[in-house]
Amino acid sequence: MTKFNKTSAGFSRRDALRVLGAGGAAGLFAPHLLGKPAFAQTPPAAPTGRIVVGLSQEPTVFNPLMPHIEVDDGVNFSIFDALFRISVDGVIGPNLASEVPSQDNGGISEDGLNWRIRLRDDVTWHDGTPFTAEDVKYTLELIVNPDFRAWRTTGHDLVRDITVVSPTEITWRMEEPFAPYLSFLTETFMVPKHILEAEANPNEAAFNQAPVGTGAFKWGQRLAGDRLELVANADYFGEGPYVEELIFKYIPDMTVLYAQFKSGDIDLVGNAYITPDNYQEAKDLADRVVTVEPKGSVESIYLNQELPVFKDQAVREALYLAMDRTAIIDALYYGVPTPAETFMPPQSYYYNPDLPKQEFNLDRARQILDEAGWVPGADGIREKDGLRLSFNNSTTVGNHLREQTQQFLQQTFAEIGAEMKIENLPPAVMWGDFWGQSQFDSAMVGITYLVGGDPDVTYRFHTDAIAAKGGSGSNNAQYSNSEVDALLVEGSRTFDPEKRREIYFKVQEIIRHDLPFLPLFAYTNLYGRKAGIEGFEVNTNTRTESWHAAAWYWA
Amino acid sequence: MPAFLLKRFAQSIVLLVIVSIIGFVVLNLIPGGPLAQFALDPGMTEADKARLAEQLGLNRPLLVQYFDWAWRLLQGDWGISFRDGNPVLTVIGRHLFATFLLMGSSTVIAIAIGTWIGIRGATHRYSTFDYAATVGAMVALSIPTFWFGLIGIYVFSLKLGWLPAGNMYSIGDGSVLDYLHHLIMPSVVLALVHIAVWSRYMRTATLDAISQEFVKTARAKGVTERRVLMKHVVGNALLPMITLAGVQLPSILTGALVTETVFTWPGMGRLFLDSLGYSDYPVVMGLLMFSAILTIAGNLVADIVVALVDPRIRLA
Repeated sequence: MTKFNKTSAGFSRRDALRVLGAGGAAGLFAPHLLGKPAFAQTPPAAPTGRIVVGLSQEPTVFNPLMPHIEVDDGVNFSIFDALFRISVDGVIGPNLASEVPSQDNGGISEDGLNWRIRLRDDVTWHDGTPFTAEDVKYTLELIVNPDFRAWRTTGHDLVRDITVVSPTEITWRMEEPFAPYLSFLTETFMVPKHILEAEANPNEAAFNQAPVGTGAFKWGQRLAGDRLELVANADYFGEGPYVEELIFKYIPDMTVLYAQFKSGDIDLVGNAYITPDNYQEAKDLADRVVTVEPKGSVESIYLNQELPVFKDQAVREALYLAMDRTAIIDALYYGVPTPAETFMPPQSYYYNPDLPKQEFNLDRARQILDEAGWVPGADGIREKDGLRLSFNNSTTVGNHLREQTQQFLQQTFAEIGAEMKIENLPPAVMWGDFWGQSQFDSAMVGITYLVGGDPDVTYRFHTDAIAAKGGSGSNNAQYSNSEVDALLVEGSRTFDPEKRREIYFKVQEIIRHDLPFLPLFAYTNLYGRKAGIEGFEVNTNTRTESWHAAAWYWA
Repeated sequence: MPAFLLKRFAQSIVLLVIVSIIGFVVLNLIPGGPLAQFALDPGMTEADKARLAEQLGLNRPLLVQYFDWAWRLLQGDWGISFRDGNPVLTVIGRHLFATFLLMGSSTVIAIAIGTWIGIRGATHRYSTFDYAATVGAMVALSIPTFWFGLIGIYVFSLKLGWLPAGNMYSIGDGSVLDYLHHLIMPSVVLALVHIAVWSRYMRTATLDAISQEFVKTARAKGVTERRVLMKHVVGNALLPMITLAGVQLPSILTGALVTETVFTWPGMGRLFLDSLGYSDYPVVMGLLMFSAILTIAGNLVADIVVALVDPRIRLA
């Protein structure tokens, strides 16, 4: 550590507690393992200390309703609140609302169309103004305002007749029953009406540079390109905050991010976390806690269903059998991620554990192709009806792990007579029309399918979601299955979790059979923080590690 | 002189317009665009992206977009960043100080040391010092800056703990001493390459000057070697260096991409890299124009200074 590194004010107190704990514990004391003595685990009475979170991308968008990326979410969760909050287990609980509406308590009508939300009455904005149902109405209406550059409008565009019954009660009507809306509302942050309605153009409001929310942390200051400083909101209605200052520091280079974690310049590693090649060293660092947690996104090979070679089920199955996933995971990713069979994250309530497991079996693959009529040509590449089993695979340039994975796959595919050509693109190019309008042959991508933990994936797999055919979703593989379509529609209209579970189990089964994409693994991330930070939990239903910074404290 | 200045000014305007057109066209030709970063956002649909493209005015014909941008530029409105909604000039201004600090200090170090090495190498040609300087220059030019930077961080921050691992200043501190402490490693690493360049040019220029007739005359007159060096040689050797300095002036304010990334220095180079990555068109165009204006101005100033200093040159 450098001598200029000043950590939180509670340093000496932490030391004293440790000495006491060491004396108390009977000789068993591992710095980053088991128990701290119980009395060191209660949060402080008043916010103290400072936590610095290192990020490899810079948060730049501070209006939570405008388009933003994952790192912006970390800041949003700290400054703002949504009506509801989703727990680590996927259970939706009240946040700004005082209860979660459901068909049981009458908050949602039987036909799913009429919603009634009851709000807390003890919430104030950072500038002291009370938070009321007017703010909720304003927020929901702003999102669908055609002049406003809103991020996501799905679900919000179904809301009609928003009525403020009282400062703590609001009702509206949905155009069609849409069960995922409750999950969407766990990520729809409320913005203040009294500040934004005075702005001529909410897209360029001063608010966007100095946001005012209801959250645990208030806006401090931003040093562009360098960092963002937030300060504790002493009047926060919920749990915490327990730290005085929350700082998001921007470190663009992953190696330097890790170096600063080791040297102690940052207290917690945020997006994009610790890379797998550092795992061996990181988990043995003194004074640091490094954990492996699942993420909620899945790495897979997307197959463009409109490409003639991929229209044959046999080809897709054979390719899936020719993927040596164990070797890829162990050799390239240091054994960190876990194999996946579906788009649903394994920790979700809706995850189907009974899907057939992939096996790496080249003989079986060759057999399937032989039986389907794919005959090896003179150069070893199979052919059928004049069509060569040859396709491109694209991913983002500069990601050496993905590039190596491609080479692994290219090799094993060649052994069954399939030719995969690698054609990588820079991210800006890849994620344009090439991906969005399904212009690729096949693509290696990591995708988070769920919003707020809700299993609805209509925008990914429904026939009407094929953008390349004029649809409005993100069905980039151009997958179309009428049975899945019907199930997805039903699933989004059903509110009962158990019934939905059955529906989405079936969806996963069919998709696993059809293989529009070949799953590689479910992402796991390596989270690192300084020993001494308590209250930190990973929530795979959100996209950020800082989803509940209000609960963090120095022990 | 006034006629010269007027002509150069007119040329500069034409040049700037051409640069802006080329930059604008190339930027928009790159597939992707500012919405590509949201491609994998859960819940965000192609319809959402189409709506955003419309709202940002990205669907208008290229010619319309260019003239709109150019017209605003002439009125002093450099545009608003797509990413954080700040005016482009504000964004650039924020990063300017950091860049100036880093580049300024490294340039001063580079010129001072590079000049000294160059002159000494020329006057003690083929000595051990000269060979060492030549080899050193080749090494510094061949090895990438990021390698030097990472090794520096590894040795001086992680192993020895003498210097901080990056950033401009420590959180909670901010004194002048703190700034200087953070400045040491990045400016030295950056200066290494410039020292190499300067010393080579200086050596050649000095050798050129030493072989001139007037130096022989001065020596024959009995002038001390030191005075010959200081008064006659160095002055004349520095003339081509002024031109070089003029060309390098823009880089002082446009920053060094790699060093700033490795040392987490919030400067202009990194701003350019980030903006390019996110296709933040207004900021990229703003930086392009900024750099073009500086380059043209730098060249102009260098030409004028050389003309003033060197009596052999008459400006056309």
